[in-house]
Amino acid sequence: MKNPYLPLPMRLVKHFVETEDNLIHTFTLEFLKEEDEKSFRYLPGQFAEVCVFGVGEAPFGIASSPTEPGHLKFSVARVGVVTTALHQLPEGTILGVRGPLGNSYPIEEFKGKNVVIIGGGFAFTTLRSLVTYILHPQNRGDFGKVTVIYGARNPGLLLYKEELAAWEKRTDIELVTTIDRPVEGWSGRVGFVPAVTKEVAPSAENAYAVVCGPPIMIKFTLPVLEELGFPPERIIMSLENRMKCGIGMCGRCNVGNKYVCKDGPVFTRAQLNQLPNEY
Amino acid sequence: MLLLKKEQLLAWLNKLTQAYQVFAPVNEEGCVSFKQIEAGDQCTLDYTNSKVPPKEVLFPRSEYLFCYRCEKEHVELKEQIDEHKKVIFGLRPCDARSFLLLDNVFRNERFQDPYYLTRRKNTVLVGLGCNQPPATCFCTSLGSGPFATEGLDLLLVDIGDRYVLEVLTERGQELLSGMELPAADQEAREAAQKVKEGAAVSSRVTLEGLKSKLDVSFDHPLWDLIHEKCLGCAACTYTCPTCHCFDIVDEAQGNEGCRVRSWDACMFPLFTLHGSGHNPRPTNKERFRQRVMHKFKYFVDNFNATACVGCGRCILNCPVNLDIREVIAEIQGTEVRSNKQ
Ligand SMILES: Cc1cc2nc3c(=O)[nH]c(=O)nc-3n(C[C@H](O)[C@H](O)[C@H](O)COP(=O)(O)OP(=O)(O)OC[C@H]3O[C@@H](n4cnc5c(N)ncnc54)[C@H](O)[C@@H]3O)c2cc1C
Ligand code: SF4
Ligand code: SF4
Ligand code: FES
Repeated sequence: MKNPYLPLPMRLVKHFVETEDNLIHTFTLEFLKEEDEKSFRYLPGQFAEVCVFGVGEAPFGIASSPTEPGHLKFSVARVGVVTTALHQLPEGTILGVRGPLGNSYPIEEFKGKNVVIIGGGFAFTTLRSLVTYILHPQNRGDFGKVTVIYGARNPGLLLYKEELAAWEKRTDIELVTTIDRPVEGWSGRVGFVPAVTKEVAPSAENAYAVVCGPPIMIKFTLPVLEELGFPPERIIMSLENRMKCGIGMCGRCNVGNKYVCKDGPVFTRAQLNQLPNEY
Repeated sequence: MLLLKKEQLLAWLNKLTQAYQVFAPVNEEGCVSFKQIEAGDQCTLDYTNSKVPPKEVLFPRSEYLFCYRCEKEHVELKEQIDEHKKVIFGLRPCDARSFLLLDNVFRNERFQDPYYLTRRKNTVLVGLGCNQPPATCFCTSLGSGPFATEGLDLLLVDIGDRYVLEVLTERGQELLSGMELPAADQEAREAAQKVKEGAAVSSRVTLEGLKSKLDVSFDHPLWDLIHEKCLGCAACTYTCPTCHCFDIVDEAQGNEGCRVRSWDACMFPLFTLHGSGHNPRPTNKERFRQRVMHKFKYFVDNFNATACVGCGRCILNCPVNLDIREVIAEIQGTEVRSNKQ
């Protein structure tokens, strides 16, 4: 019987301060064992439990893409015990990772469709995975037009700045970045994500929308997507309920009869409409 | 059906403790729970039901998942899977049913819990029928009963000076190897039948229609009032044989440590508190509703069974007498109102 509680050992090879407020750090981890690397097969949208030995474990969306073999990437906000411990780790530390857990974005359904990706704040992690996956030369042809709308309070709080700059230069992806208030030297848009989505007005025709961000952003973006004609079946969201086991047993993360860790974290809006609002 | 004289019981238990870890009801200052016994005389079969359910034998209040030692270049992990052969002796039929329910939880489409499942596989269940079910039992409304055999390997029926022993599985039969017990005679069978008929479970709940009421009553105003006297102490979930929520933490010193899991409860505010400070179940109302919904709706949705066996522990142990039977009756009495207009 495979023990789903045992973490795979990984080495922290890069510890990077992602945002200027020092709240988000990105961790790049390498598998210690080759067989673990082979068996860890994941898709964008899945998450893993990362543990600091001696402190504990916590769930994080996988920010790397399966098209970037050899390592996993997590971007972590410092909020509590495990995340604070992570933020203090020197490169070279051995960590544990359990996963991949949960379901993924419905990549197969996206094929042949346009994909509109909307993110806010530091919830851009698994969206980075998704964009990177789609943009990979071997995959790009499978998808239609790709539009990314990504907002943060100010430019310093955007994640993955180098990659955003690279995407900006490409012609096979439309990237719209926005910040809440004007700042000198900023060439992107100014305004909240819902308003900018309305301006950009991505077509709902033959398209899926993926939305990740703080609850307030989601709340105001959903009506905009509705107005644009996205049916609930083609609006994809990811939930972040508190978790422990990540495998549907500890009873912590349920929304109605669904366990976010096992049946999610990715749900369509249509699915969520059937569930109580406990997330 | 076999016959076991009461004076043979001690010798049998003593024999079982040689080959198995035997867990049996032990009375410690009036509090009965299932403990590992070294000899037959340590246990009591004169009890109504244990305070804490025997689920703790397969799913302990607290257990090590694994231990580790961190070195500079690697980490050593040591799994802590308990492979001892066990007998749970003298458990009540309702609690045997709870294991059948828990089996659904600890194995799903993708994952298996090796801690629970290994113990489960290695554990033989010897039930003891309930001659005098207390007033808080309502097991017969939930598919169990004072002499229900579902999930058991053996069932003991107390007929005074002897037990009628119902052998239900091969595993049960194995526990009797070398015992040479006589078959139950006509008189003993009749006595057992009489005991069964005399064991009345007077208290009932109506399950029929409950689930369809709950399907549409998430936003019903009844939840605003029904939880009001609840203290959120979680005595009900802690002593419930079907509750399975747990927490996972590290216990460590220096570069060595263990990952531990312990019972947790949906009645606690911190249970669902997000890192951001947001809490999807912020007040007692939502948490109480979750407890009821989980047992009588969500579990039914997922496994086509109700996650309650009618043992009555939550009623007995609640400090403010919040009675799940009354909660069910109240829901049954509500008008159906849709929550998604
Ligand atoms: C599927 C999924 C994906 C996620 N992806 C990411 C991601 O990519 N990046 C990211 O940064 N986060 C992500 N999260 C959130 C992340 O899991 C949490 O921030 C993390 O678990 C916090 O762990 P911690 O040990 O640092 O916090 P904890 O110490 O457990 O506590 C966090 C907060 O909870 C409260 N709290 C908890 N326990 C207590 C207590 N005993 N007493 C008082 N208050 C308490 C406090 O408000 C505290 O600040 C994700 C979550 C899920 C479920
Ligand atoms: S035992 Fe009673 S008071 Fe305590 S949490 Fe359960 S219902 Fe509430
Ligand atoms: S809910 Fe109450 S009566 Fe039902 S199994 Fe749990 S403790 Fe027993
Ligand atoms: S995290 Fe344990 S059930 Fe979902």
